[in-house]
Amino acid sequence: MRKIRKIEEKFFKIISQLATYSLVAILGYIIFVIFKNGFSSLSWEMVSEIPSGGYYYGGDGGVLNAIIGSLYIALGATLIAIIIGVPAALFINSHLMQRKRSQNTIRYILDALWGIPSIVYGAFGFTLMIYLGLSASLLAGILTVSFLITPIVIRSFDDVLSTIPRGLYEASFSLGSTRTETAVKVLLKQGFSGFITAVLLAFGRGIGDAASVLFTAGYTDNLPGNLDEPAATLPLAIFFQLGSPIPEVRQRAYAAAAILTLIILIISLSSRFVSRKYQKKALKF
Amino acid sequence: MIITLNDTIMKEEKIQLDFAEKLDFETKNKQIPENPAVTISNLNVWASKHHILKNVELKIPKNKITVLLGPSGCGKTTLLKSLNRLTDLDKELYVSGNIFINDEEILHAKKDIPEIRRKMGLLSQKPYPLPVSIYKNMTYGFKLKGIRDKKLINYNVELRLKEVGLWEEVKDRLHSSPDKLSIGQQQRLCLARGLTVKPHIILADEPTSALDPTSSKIIEDLFKKMKNQYTIIVVTHVLRQAHRLADNVVFMSDGEIFEQGSPNKLFKNPETQELKKYLVDGN
Ligand SMILES: Nc1ncnc2c1ncn2[C@@H]1O[C@H](COP(=O)(O)OP(=O)(O)OP(=O)(O)O)[C@@H](O)[C@H]1O
Ligand SMILES: [Mg+2]
Repeated sequence: MRKIRKIEEKFFKIISQLATYSLVAILGYIIFVIFKNGFSSLSWEMVSEIPSGGYYYGGDGGVLNAIIGSLYIALGATLIAIIIGVPAALFINSHLMQRKRSQNTIRYILDALWGIPSIVYGAFGFTLMIYLGLSASLLAGILTVSFLITPIVIRSFDDVLSTIPRGLYEASFSLGSTRTETAVKVLLKQGFSGFITAVLLAFGRGIGDAASVLFTAGYTDNLPGNLDEPAATLPLAIFFQLGSPIPEVRQRAYAAAAILTLIILIISLSSRFVSRKYQKKALKF
Repeated sequence: MIITLNDTIMKEEKIQLDFAEKLDFETKNKQIPENPAVTISNLNVWASKHHILKNVELKIPKNKITVLLGPSGCGKTTLLKSLNRLTDLDKELYVSGNIFINDEEILHAKKDIPEIRRKMGLLSQKPYPLPVSIYKNMTYGFKLKGIRDKKLINYNVELRLKEVGLWEEVKDRLHSSPDKLSIGQQQRLCLARGLTVKPHIILADEPTSALDPTSSKIIEDLFKKMKNQYTIIVVTHVLRQAHRLADNVVFMSDGEIFEQGSPNKLFKNPETQELKKYLVDGN
């Protein structure tokens, strides 16, 4: 009996170790392939210039248009998602705290929205765009991506808020605070790490998604100067260049992918840093 | 002849009845503390079909420590939560009856529930410091009331922390997180925090069950010291603690109040079968 348990224990340990290490290995391999293929094309020119006329046939220039476009769209959409999502997640956990059924229904809907493929959001955004008389533009892209990532912000923030123990609510209420005060002064602080995770997840999804911006943001070789002008994005830059018959252009696709990966890494590392700093500082009065 | 016999029987019965009534009146009179801080009348709590509290009638004496005893699941926590209307947070709970705090009905008061809750300091099984610094934990109640006077606030922070004997231990790290404090210190911080909103009553639900003996003793001593100013209601499963603390013991079982009185009376001469059994099991 004891022997079987020991073998069991060993077996599951090995399985879980294998799963963990292979995950890390796959991630490492993906990054390795991207950087290996993109490295030869990765240059200062690539990140600092917009495409010249002959760029897509191997001419001069870079993907600055797509970098800037992607950052604008992801930042704009994340901002909207925070403005809508944070109060929504707080509301679910404070004002709806005793309405378990409403909570569950809302969570179910949000999970469904999270699971909807982004091409559907793209199509929805496109329909809305036509209805509103907008053309493919930065604004339309931002709005569509914000539809895509708002459920992510709400649900992943809510996930952390929902683990806050009942006793903490009771402590706050017993000092005479209202639900709103409890939400803003206690839940937001207690769930701050969840907030950061939510924002990162949403930003990553937003900046990396191609299908939602395909019809709505359009594509241009210029930098977006205005909300009603079209904007290029990195996923689409990768997509277009990867389809090229010219090997040099395909390599640039990998370079663009490397840039996208780097942006996500930088954003996630720096916001973790900021959140840690903030949490220490928030304790001061 | 028959009639007279009947008469005498009736007379005897009547005398017995009178006697019983008088006794009843006397014992009741003894139980009814003059000037109760809390009067609970016909309190019923249901969770859908589950009748948690059944016709609870209770008077809690002012400036005394009342210990609430009873088997697990009998409704002690629910009773405490009805007092500061934390039962409102559970939609499935239905509460009826009356609760008077210093002659003010609070159960049906639609008005200012935060104001009602501020009359009572709450101490739970585990300390729940707010996710801010020790100092901010102490000023939370003031900020909610819109008090901004720094001098007044700082004076009170020091006063309350001294009241629970925590000042010396934390005065140099007021602006650090309470997570670093020991559980016992955190529990005292929560007590001090509760005092900042100037409650009359302290509700403590097994306040020492997560604490080591020394910290438990500190809390117990604090309660004894504080009862001059506060009415304290403590739930505990530790009979020795009940002995040490109680001026007044209330024994509940299955949602009903069975006995109330001085610890001497209840522990030495329990009247009901339920309390006898509880005491035997507890020792
Ligand atoms: N929100 C609720 N919904 C359903 N049932 C509840 C709810 N709150 C309490 N109860 C039930 O009411 C009964 C009394 O619970 P309560 O927590 O008041 O007991 P207690 O005397 O404090 O027990 P313990 O000594 O274990 O803390 C229990 O059977 C519990 O399951
Ligand atoms: Mg309890």
